[in-house]
Order: sequence, then C-alpha cells, then structure tokens
Amino acid sequence: MQATICQTVANPSLFSAESFVGIIFLITVGLIITGAGIAVVSRRLVRCISGLAVCFTGVAGAYYFLLSPFLAMMQMLIYVGAVSILIAFAIMMATPEGEDTAGNKGSAKGPAIAGPLGIAVGALMFAALSVLGVKTDWQVFPRTGTGDMESMGKILLTSHSMVFELISIVLLIAIIGALVLARRGRN
Amino acid sequence: MALLNLYNCLNTYLVIGAMLFGFGVYGLVSRRTLIGMLIASELLLSGASMNFMAFNRFLAPDPAIGQIFTLFIMAIAAAEAAIAVSIVMAVYRNFKSIDTEDIVDMHG
Repeated sequence: MQATICQTVANPSLFSAESFVGIIFLITVGLIITGAGIAVVSRRLVRCISGLAVCFTGVAGAYYFLLSPFLAMMQMLIYVGAVSILIAFAIMMATPEGEDTAGNKGSAKGPAIAGPLGIAVGALMFAALSVLGVKTDWQVFPRTGTGDMESMGKILLTSHSMVFELISIVLLIAIIGALVLARRGRN
Repeated sequence: MALLNLYNCLNTYLVIGAMLFGFGVYGLVSRRTLIGMLIASELLLSGASMNFMAFNRFLAPDPAIGQIFTLFIMAIAAAEAAIAVSIVMAVYRNFKSIDTEDIVDMHG
C-alpha cells in the first residue's frame, strides 16, 4: 500500500462503510478531547483520573486508526489498565480527608496568575505545533517494511536490542527505587 | 463529506497530538497538587506518542520503528508514574499534604 499524506475517497455516500468508519473516528476524537479536558480542568482528582482514562481509551482508538492494533492493545493494557489504576490508588491513599480538590481552593496562597498563564502557554504550544505540523511540506519515503508484529519483534531483538536491554534495566531500577522510597520512614 | 475522511490525513493526527500536548502544558502550569501534575505529564507523553505514531503511519520508510519507539515511551511513562507515585507517598507521609505550596521547608 503506497503511503500518502492525505488519501481521499471520492465523495462517499453518507451510509457507506467509509463514512461509518469516519463517524467512529469522530467519536474517538471526541473521547480524546473530552477526556483531556476533564483531566486538566476538573477540580476533584477522582474526576481528573476518570477523564484521563477516557482520554487514553480514545488514544487507543486513534492508534487503531493508525494501523497499529498491537499498540492500541498495549495502550489499553498499560495506560488504562495500569497507570490510571496506579494514580487512582495514589489519590485514595494520599488525599487528606475531606480535601479532595485538585487545587485553587485556598486562593489566598499561591499565585493567581497560574491559571491564565497556563491557558496562554498551553494555547501557544497548541497553535505553534499545529501550524508547524500543517504548514510543513512533509516528504514521503517509499515503504521498505510492513510494520506488522513479526517485523517489530525481529527489529526489537536485532537492531534495537541495546535499547530493549536498557529499558529493562530502567524498569528494574524504577521498581527498586519505588520500593525504597515507599518503604522509608515506615518502622 | 471531508469531515468523514479525516482519519486518512496526517494533519488530523498532528493536530490531535498538539492538542494533547497543549492540555498537558496547561495542566502542568495550573495544577497545584502533585498528582494533578502527574496526570498532566501523562497527557504530555501521550501527545508525543501520538506524533510518533502519525509520522510512523504516513511518512516513515519502515513502519515498525515508530511503533517500537512508542512502546519505549510507554515503558518510560510507566516507570515514571511508579516513581512519582512513591515520591507522592513519601511526601504525604512527611507533610500530610500533596499541595505544592505546603511542602516547602525553606521560606526564601
């Protein structure tokens, strides 16, 4: 399949299979936007982490649309299944009783400029990255591989084996460090 | 019906990735609790992964490389989340708070 930057189907009808796929993609994008918005705007941390899980589900759907069902499965397993649950545990254990707010409650302490400044910086980053991505004249190279799981496994154990080993060492150190940090101070 | 054809365009995914990054930057600046900042940093990493996957699908010669890089980003993000959560636990045990304004010892 020759890759192009923007493939267009010539005027599909509304009830064809292509437009059904398009509608599912729009739902996926809606999940991403809604979840990310809830995750950064909501006052209660439990709602934040729920929004994050919704956003990660949408991102998994987008990975499926990017022809990578394996990465979509990994996204569901690692992010939705592990990281969100881990942060939810942290919220349950480390939030003081009756104080479930994500900030901005005691507005006397803390700079009030953080909210508008955050909106300005975030909107600036979004606009700059979007314009950069849309305006750039990207070069399409001819395909040399298929990108299925078999080729991924071969690359992972041959040309990228050093990075693979480094990642395992990083994970081992992270596990030991997390154990030491959580254990200290508990007699 | 250009709206229903968005899923085949590179620009769509680049804009989605930029949007996730912008949400993450906003959350990282405006949140005042450590867990809120951790959630925002996960959004940042998600935006970066989305960019890698978009370029991998549309531009890269070998589409396996971008998927492997995204897998590495996922592993780093999981390690980072575990470390951050244990640091939050240690901070909460010492200060009884996870607000970034409360956990300062030196008032300069």
